Amino acid sequence: MDIQTWTYLLVGLTFILYIGIAIWARVGSTKDFYIAGSKVHPLANGMATAADWMSAASFISMAGLIAFMGYDGGVYLMGWTGGYVLLALLLAPYLRKFGKFTVPDFIGDRYYSNVARTVAVICAVIVSFTYVAGQMRGVGVVFARFLEVSINTGVYIGMIVVFFYAVLGGMKGITYTQVAQYCILIFAYMVPAFFISFQLTGNVIPQIGFGGTLADGSGTYLLEKLNQLHVELGFAEYTSGTKSTIDVFAITLALMVGTAGLPHVIVRFFTVPKVRDARMSVGYALLFIAILYTTAPAISAFAKTNLIETVSEEEYSEVPAWFNNWEKTGLLSFDDKNEDGKIQYVANEKRNELTIDRDIMVLANPEIANLPNWVIALVAAGGLAAALSTAAGLLLVISTSISHDLIKKQIMPEITEKGELIWARVAAGFAVGVAGYFGINPPGFVAATVALAFGLAAASFFPAILLGIFDKRMNRQGAISGMIVGMLLMLFYMIKYKLGGFGGGVEEDWWFGISPEGFGSVAMMVNLTVAITVSRMTEAPPQKIRELVDKIRYPQEAVEE
Amino acid sequence: MGNKEQMEAYWRANLRYVGILLGIWFLVSFVFGILLAEPLNTIRIGGFKLGFWFAHQGSIYVFVILIFVYVWLMNRLDRKYGVRED
Repeated sequence: MDIQTWTYLLVGLTFILYIGIAIWARVGSTKDFYIAGSKVHPLANGMATAADWMSAASFISMAGLIAFMGYDGGVYLMGWTGGYVLLALLLAPYLRKFGKFTVPDFIGDRYYSNVARTVAVICAVIVSFTYVAGQMRGVGVVFARFLEVSINTGVYIGMIVVFFYAVLGGMKGITYTQVAQYCILIFAYMVPAFFISFQLTGNVIPQIGFGGTLADGSGTYLLEKLNQLHVELGFAEYTSGTKSTIDVFAITLALMVGTAGLPHVIVRFFTVPKVRDARMSVGYALLFIAILYTTAPAISAFAKTNLIETVSEEEYSEVPAWFNNWEKTGLLSFDDKNEDGKIQYVANEKRNELTIDRDIMVLANPEIANLPNWVIALVAAGGLAAALSTAAGLLLVISTSISHDLIKKQIMPEITEKGELIWARVAAGFAVGVAGYFGINPPGFVAATVALAFGLAAASFFPAILLGIFDKRMNRQGAISGMIVGMLLMLFYMIKYKLGGFGGGVEEDWWFGISPEGFGSVAMMVNLTVAITVSRMTEAPPQKIRELVDKIRYPQEAVEE
Repeated sequence: MGNKEQMEAYWRANLRYVGILLGIWFLVSFVFGILLAEPLNTIRIGGFKLGFWFAHQGSIYVFVILIFVYVWLMNRLDRKYGVRED
């Protein structure tokens, strides 16, 4: 069978599976809709969290991104995994004990204030929308590349599928489709990785092959070879970075804290039955994530070595077929500047003749390694699973923020459960529509806003939740002023240095040499400082709040022996 | 809430675990993977330079282990203080 048939077959089968799960998991109560009735097994929740977390960007773009960043790519690897340690140790078990439905719920109750709740809702919606736009676009892009439909048609198909299981099944539907999506995406990611690792290093495990010697019998280590190739072509060594140490530090911290503060991740830990299940399921989640995240840098190194060795200084007329295939999609382009008929891939911009889109490192890998057609189709199904699972998780946060935190908690407290559920579904449908709109008409600043999502989560949610649990003295005034100052500072820095507002600025003007991507860590510190200072100058929180904090600190009331 | 002193002891023990584990979290990623990456790169393990390995592989493995150690420690603590859920 050809690639096209295989792709239709595998993608079709996975979509039928998702819709089947949606029909099986349709819900009738708000508790099921918001948190799957808190009945999800920690292992299933771990898989669902992993799929929720790993987006089209993790699946398709991350390995390529690292391949072109070398050592500096570690900011993503450490940043997007280290946040789970913070989640497990500082947030998840306590939020589970708190036992309500959403992050704004916690902020609103803990800080006995609807202003705090509303600030949290605004943060949650901004963070989730900036994130989801990229996901819907990702669905469109995968469809366009593998099924040769237009990107917009791809977005429409993605919208219909997500609409179906998010609106029908809420959190319950999303959870079990995410479990299926995790299995599909990890299988799709690992199969080509095993093959390529074996071809290049003779070791089938990519994490080991990464540090092993080349299979060509030379006895040279893969990474040594890669460094050597980089230096020959005028690039920095692969294993050394080009970013400043302080910036690498700041970006890693901002991504870690941002990860721990993302509402669509946090809310997943409301779905397990017990506090100890919440702790355990963060462990499972990170384990499942780590399988992909330790493989990605290996793929980066393999693919980069493969690419350079295959094309550098080769006759253009003799390149393998995959080169021409991907040239057609625009992911690769060759411009014979010195007209010698050979491909020069070098650091010097003026002499470089090869432009490579980073996504090709994952998408074209199976072809580069001559893998069978079904593997190529599998990568398409995996990419779609990654994009759809993340989109669904984000859409649910948006819909709950509207139906629960705004309508039920503030505008119409008298609403019946049935009425609330209708609102939840309408809001989910509305969110799918808006996300689809952004997918079809992507705002020019999408790339910038993904970093903003992490920065905002780091600057707003994380300190407010952390202090809410660990600082009994923290009060309404402190938390609200901290969140607002942190969020505004982050927005200001981002708009100034990323979008050119407020007079703009270049790298030399960065505060402390920290890039907008890393500034979330500074904004977080400012939030913490403001919150603590203001809280100590205003009155202590009421007694019942202190009791609430006591309650969430212990899994259950102590049993007298 | 049961015995107040008992509960405070539980919380202090929890904070101590969190402090130690986050110390290791910071050490493997920020110290070994970033601040000391350059000097550690002179040490090699197989084909890996050590600082690079911590940034691209090692810290992730340690993170996973840290969470499971925390789960184990807290389950033990919950039992000891009788706050384990049924």
